[in-house]
Amino acid sequence: MPNEITVTVNGTEYTDTVEARQLLSDYLRETLGLTGTHLGCDTSSCGACTVLVDGQSAKSCTLLAVQANGHSVTTIEGLATDGELHPVQAAFREEHGLQCGFCTPGMMISVAQLLDRNPNPTETEIREGIGGNLCRCTGYHNIVKAAQTAARSI
Amino acid sequence: MTLVGESVKRIEDPRLITGKGTYVADVTLPGMLYMTVVRSPHGHANIKNIDVSAATSYPGVVAAFTGADIAEQLGSLPVGWVLDEDMKQPPHPPLAVDKVRIVGDAVAVVVAETNAASVEAAELVDVDYEVLPAVTDAVKAQASDAPQLHEEAPGNLAFTWEIEGGSWDEAVKNADVVVKEKIVNQRLIPNAIETRGVVADYNPGTDQITMWTSTQIPHLIRLLFTLVTGHPESKVRIIAPEVGGAFGSKLFLYAEEVIAGIVAKQIGKPVKWIETRQENYLATAHGRDHIAFAEMAGNKDGEILGINVVVNANMGAYLSTFAPLVPTILFGIMLAGVYKMPNVKCKVLGVFTNTTPTDAYRGAGRPEATFLLERMVDRFAQEIGRDPVVVRRKNMINAFRNGYEVPTGVMYDTGNFKGALNKALENFDYQGFRKEQREARRNGKLLGVGWSTYIEITGMAPSAVAASLGAGAGLWESSTVRVHPTGSVSVYAGTAPSGQGHETSFAQMVSSELGVPMENIEVHHGDTDKQQFGTGTFGSRSLAVGGAALHMSLAKVVAKAKTIAAHQMGVPEKQVEYSNGTFIVEDIPERSLAFGDVALEAYLAKDLPPGMEPGLEATSFFDPDNFTWPFGAHVAIVEIDPDTGDVQLKRYLAVDDVGNVMNPMIVDGMIHGGVVQGIGQALWENAVYDDDGQLLSGSMLDYALPNAKNLPFFETDRTVTPTKVNPLGAKGAGEAGTIAACPAIVNACVDALKHLGVTHIDMPVTSEKVWRILDEKGKAHPRRK
Repeated sequence: MPNEITVTVNGTEYTDTVEARQLLSDYLRETLGLTGTHLGCDTSSCGACTVLVDGQSAKSCTLLAVQANGHSVTTIEGLATDGELHPVQAAFREEHGLQCGFCTPGMMISVAQLLDRNPNPTETEIREGIGGNLCRCTGYHNIVKAAQTAARSI
Repeated sequence: MTLVGESVKRIEDPRLITGKGTYVADVTLPGMLYMTVVRSPHGHANIKNIDVSAATSYPGVVAAFTGADIAEQLGSLPVGWVLDEDMKQPPHPPLAVDKVRIVGDAVAVVVAETNAASVEAAELVDVDYEVLPAVTDAVKAQASDAPQLHEEAPGNLAFTWEIEGGSWDEAVKNADVVVKEKIVNQRLIPNAIETRGVVADYNPGTDQITMWTSTQIPHLIRLLFTLVTGHPESKVRIIAPEVGGAFGSKLFLYAEEVIAGIVAKQIGKPVKWIETRQENYLATAHGRDHIAFAEMAGNKDGEILGINVVVNANMGAYLSTFAPLVPTILFGIMLAGVYKMPNVKCKVLGVFTNTTPTDAYRGAGRPEATFLLERMVDRFAQEIGRDPVVVRRKNMINAFRNGYEVPTGVMYDTGNFKGALNKALENFDYQGFRKEQREARRNGKLLGVGWSTYIEITGMAPSAVAASLGAGAGLWESSTVRVHPTGSVSVYAGTAPSGQGHETSFAQMVSSELGVPMENIEVHHGDTDKQQFGTGTFGSRSLAVGGAALHMSLAKVVAKAKTIAAHQMGVPEKQVEYSNGTFIVEDIPERSLAFGDVALEAYLAKDLPPGMEPGLEATSFFDPDNFTWPFGAHVAIVEIDPDTGDVQLKRYLAVDDVGNVMNPMIVDGMIHGGVVQGIGQALWENAVYDDDGQLLSGSMLDYALPNAKNLPFFETDRTVTPTKVNPLGAKGAGEAGTIAACPAIVNACVDALKHLGVTHIDMPVTSEKVWRILDEKGKAHPRRK
């Protein structure tokens, strides 16, 4: 069943007709062409699809596009402002917090949201804060370091 | 100016951290169709009939194909490593025709205008199966009454592989002690966070097939695709865009690559297939799955005399592309480890079962060998009542720089095993820990330390040696360096990364050797229409083999540029020196030519030396004369909760020697990730089948992947023993962590429980398993009545 939704994504308002069953992740990737949001599992386990919905991190594969109606979504493409990397993005590069880069957009969104909630997290709080995001390349070591570096620079 | 050895920030990162990387799933073509694969729900069954009529009449569906429809075009998936003429290679049709042998075997595909329509229509494909008994265990599959998978392979035996160096019988005769253990190396699911995927496009005008596929081996995929389908190699283009992790699992030709290419050709429209995670668990190769029986012979003074191993290697239902290599050569020849082990005997039985094929997964054979050996060294030390570090040191090969031949017939290149062990002992207060451990035990706490002193084989490899062992492809590597008229540089690498940072490491080399700034260098990879034939990325080979090929091309470019510069400046070539991007006449520094000016002259060609061809580029193929052999010493410290059996990893120290290091930041990152894949196997990961061939750990909810919550920071360090096998002195670094970690962790767990008489725990060392051991020893927290 088609539904009209209005969603603000990375500061731009979009009005689209979507199927009721369309996932937010598919809407972002296929309708809006924002392919920086990745899909890594079928079970809301990996967190590669994490975006911010009204500033709260959410797994976009677990939300329907219609649920985003009237809300504001930030994807990895919208994390930098005015051409300037978000401190979390800069820290991921500085600390080598990514290898293949596939989990990275969701991971960075989670870290950004964690720091938003808790600007000075302990190592344990960081590790718990990214507990919903899986990375198979880095062993998390440099991701946690990147989160610490970002926390210092915010 | 040199960037060699510097932690240069990665040039891949700006696009990846801003969401601008292009992975296969991000590729969209005009008129593209979506393919869904219908898979067998049974572990073993005859296909009586397949009816696709309901699917083909579903709205939006363009076509559906069964194996019977297109079997001839699809051919049979090949085995790229043939151990001997007795090895059985039963047919492996990309789409099953009359029989399925795994849950997940592809039986039909549906192609539709939308992904949703193809998924829905796939559910309407009606397959009539006659279910057969299945077998999933490599030992049970050898029983006389076991279900048989292939007529060609009686007893489900794919191959038997044996090696003996020295004499095991002699070792036993001279030994005070022979310890025995059954050691299981459980099945793993590689779990690259990006699943596999293919976009295939066919141009009927040129008869060209272009395929974007998430692979480590674009050129080998092209070659194998041609061998299987007969479509000319010159009319196939394979593009590996960003690859979201691979770890070996994208190193094989897969059914879906062949099917998508042929279906696109058949329909004349682009076809996209993106693997779901649950499909990935069924249809992408698994790793490990050994049931081994090991014996170690030695004397009470700690001298090890030999090892004898019989391995039942579960190959799954078919032999995957490189599968026969993994449990045999990459396992058996490594069994001497870092020790003066005079007698090594090994027999490997490769067994077909109703499970997903196993093949190379990070480490591929060496983790299995290292786990077994390092566990047995601890087991032996425990038996004779000696310290595991003392026993290791007593048997360790002394430092060598010109090769050391081990009884398994291979020649280690360079090594300083005691150097790595000593460094680990500098970084970790072992005696202090033993004191702490004793005190903790008195307070009811269970602490343990585990050691792993490993060696592994990387830099695949000398082609002639590999061919003599069964390789169906040369294993050299290639590079092209193309200097443009303005002095910027394009590099075309034959390797194909999946997160290893080749663009950065290779640009560092180019910048250092040509004196060109990093921003003027582009490294291209993963496109068979751009690059000369390359072998790809696996076996920790990209720098040790591919980097060496790049080094050769850079030397050729510099040599030609120097000849041009000397000619331009009117001096003999031997008076010209090249440094920091400038050709300078010896002793006359004011007479110089910038590299960019020489590049321009190479293309303008108005005054080149007589007989010289214009242009400035070089292509090289490097084929090493040996593998490279990294080594190291890892230490794990665990604490076991006596109430729950939960294992907490308290510290992890790694000393790795990968020879000369191009980018320490990248190498350390690979060590971290590798170690965690080893820790994952040691503590959590386990692919489990039931007797009917159903994968019980069939999703990320059921298969326990390492999570940041359960891990500490790692303490990495290195020693540097350069190899002479390649001009860079570099050994492979990508798999070392995974190879070293499992025995360090499990040895630590056993060490924590040793005082209770525990001698071995199979992986994964789950809290349940440990709690049951404690319960059996009467040491568990009392059960609630």
